[in-house]
Amino acid sequence: MPTARTLLDKIWDDHVVCSPAGELPLLYIDRHLVHEVTSPQAFEGLRLAGRKVRRPEATFATPDHNVPTSDRRLPIADPISKQQIDTLRANCREFGVRLFDLDDADQGIVHVIGPELGITQPGMTIVCGDSHTATHGALGSLAFGIGTSEVEHVLATQTLRQAKPKSLELRVEGRLPPGVTAKDIVLYLIGRISTEGGVGHVIEYTGECIRSLGMEQRMTVCNMSIEAGARAGMIAPDAITFDYLRGRDLAPQGAAFDAAVARWEKLPSDPGAAYDRVEIFQAADVVPQVTWGTNPAQVTGVDATVPDPGRFADPNDRSSAERALEYMGLAGGTRIVDIPLDRVFIGSCTNSRIEDLRAAASVVRGYRVAATVRAMVVPGSGRVKRQAEAEGLDRVFRDAGFDWREAGCSMCLGMNPDTLAPQERCASTSNRNFEGRQGKGGRTHLVSPAMAAAAAVRGHFVDIRDWQFK
Amino acid sequence: MQPFTTHTGIVAALDRANVDTDQIIPKQFLKRIERTGFGQFLFFDWRFLADGGLDPDFELNRPAAAGASVLLARRNFGCGSSREHAPWALADYGFRAVIAPTFADIFFNNCFQNGMVPIRLDEADVDELFRRAAAAAAAGGQYRMTVDLQACTVSDDAGFSRSFTVDPFRRQCLLEGLDDIGLSLRHTDEIGAWEAAHGLPAVSG
Repeated sequence: MPTARTLLDKIWDDHVVCSPAGELPLLYIDRHLVHEVTSPQAFEGLRLAGRKVRRPEATFATPDHNVPTSDRRLPIADPISKQQIDTLRANCREFGVRLFDLDDADQGIVHVIGPELGITQPGMTIVCGDSHTATHGALGSLAFGIGTSEVEHVLATQTLRQAKPKSLELRVEGRLPPGVTAKDIVLYLIGRISTEGGVGHVIEYTGECIRSLGMEQRMTVCNMSIEAGARAGMIAPDAITFDYLRGRDLAPQGAAFDAAVARWEKLPSDPGAAYDRVEIFQAADVVPQVTWGTNPAQVTGVDATVPDPGRFADPNDRSSAERALEYMGLAGGTRIVDIPLDRVFIGSCTNSRIEDLRAAASVVRGYRVAATVRAMVVPGSGRVKRQAEAEGLDRVFRDAGFDWREAGCSMCLGMNPDTLAPQERCASTSNRNFEGRQGKGGRTHLVSPAMAAAAAVRGHFVDIRDWQFK
Repeated sequence: MQPFTTHTGIVAALDRANVDTDQIIPKQFLKRIERTGFGQFLFFDWRFLADGGLDPDFELNRPAAAGASVLLARRNFGCGSSREHAPWALADYGFRAVIAPTFADIFFNNCFQNGMVPIRLDEADVDELFRRAAAAAAAGGQYRMTVDLQACTVSDDAGFSRSFTVDPFRRQCLLEGLDDIGLSLRHTDEIGAWEAAHGLPAVSG
């Protein structure tokens, strides 16, 4: 074992249960998060094999992907969505798993409620049948998405078969420029290392810029690690992390919390620890970002133009750009600020936390949504919604003409009724701009909450650095 | 799980990079609570026209790809979500192997749970396979390849043969069609020992 170890090394070493000859190591899983879409077949598999959930108390479930964001007192209109949510409820009851159900005050997007309730803690291994599980790495845990067969494996054994991933340090030096947010940083990084730049790796984000981010901004960065192809993303825990966790419902309390902090303080990578790869970026180079294509690496600054596909040297990149521009209904050379919008979506596990809503509300305050735009805000959890309402943010949004909704994944993936119509163009604070992601034929541009809010007001993209705050 | 030893089948050439799981199986089809029946929705938004008919231009709908069981694609295949519905849909449609220069990690892992082999080949080799598939299609025929998991080779009957690497444990599980949960449960004592060493209460029965 090397003497100087990375954060990843330390968590990995601590969780290897055994490495039997000729087999992949078994990694112990501390927390397993479950939602309605990727779990029914796993529970069914347990039932068919007569198996139990090994540690129900380490397993937490909530419905989020499918849930309506309209009035919760009304029945769910889509019978298949309802069946999936009913199935989750029945499975949780049968196997003894704690469920934050639709009518629970703490229901929300699984990656919002995990940290918020203190389920997520530094040094833990955390999995969920969802690729955005990397979000939890913001608190210094090793958290990654798994398939449904692996969900079943974790339920039955509390372990996972895993080869150790490689480590990739993405260092962002310098201070965050004004108007630039965590979302812009991570979109910029994906644009630089590509959608497969992180394949086979766990990213550790380091550097002054990352250290200066608040807890929720760190979650935004780690959340999108998968869009760079990475297995997971993580940030070393520090005083910001510990302050965030102190007093959270399911975090250690009192003396136990202090003891936990003493353990967590040993987690950050040792000086001189070696990463398999290191890439260094300067925060000063980052401007507010807008995606123009159909994957998150097809991104540029708000002050730039849509690229001409001919400028890509790589034939794969060129044909991808051509296909993307045709789908997006855009021509190379168009200024980003000249792109008009039909819809604005503020929400998703990337950007639906209270700091995101505060940032968006500060832009919107005193303005009206453009007559040509339909805009909605979907808080990430019941708690975020109540907090926002206590601060009067809901009134800021409603007064401006935004819809103010109940918590869920909503139009990030459009499994519920919140979808784009064909050719509708949307500024979205979510994480994927894939073809059809928000609705068949819909056109998604990924941006930060502040950029989305400003676009809602103007009806087209604007450079948030020029915004007149009221 | 269906074992995989060797398989010969028709190649469908999908000449696109970054094929994401939202394309492989769009979200409106994720609401089923079974593992089966997803093949009919594979590549739904690309495969079907607005009137519900097959789009004759889409690669899988061309005569050269009729009955295909080996999918050839460009890099970063299966990027995006963790949904195992993507390999379920490919397997249910009839695919037993996917060949690409690179794959997204979660999709790659998910394939092994479903009797399907993801095969990484060099970009130049993948280029060559696309050329061979295109030549066969231009001649009005179909292109066939053989995947031999025992020998870890992919080949055609016109002189192309390459070996590929696969994790030995995953390979063994596929060759024998093993239930990997059953395998892991053989290590219950070690799991219990880990829990005890980390201060967790013992799991009863």
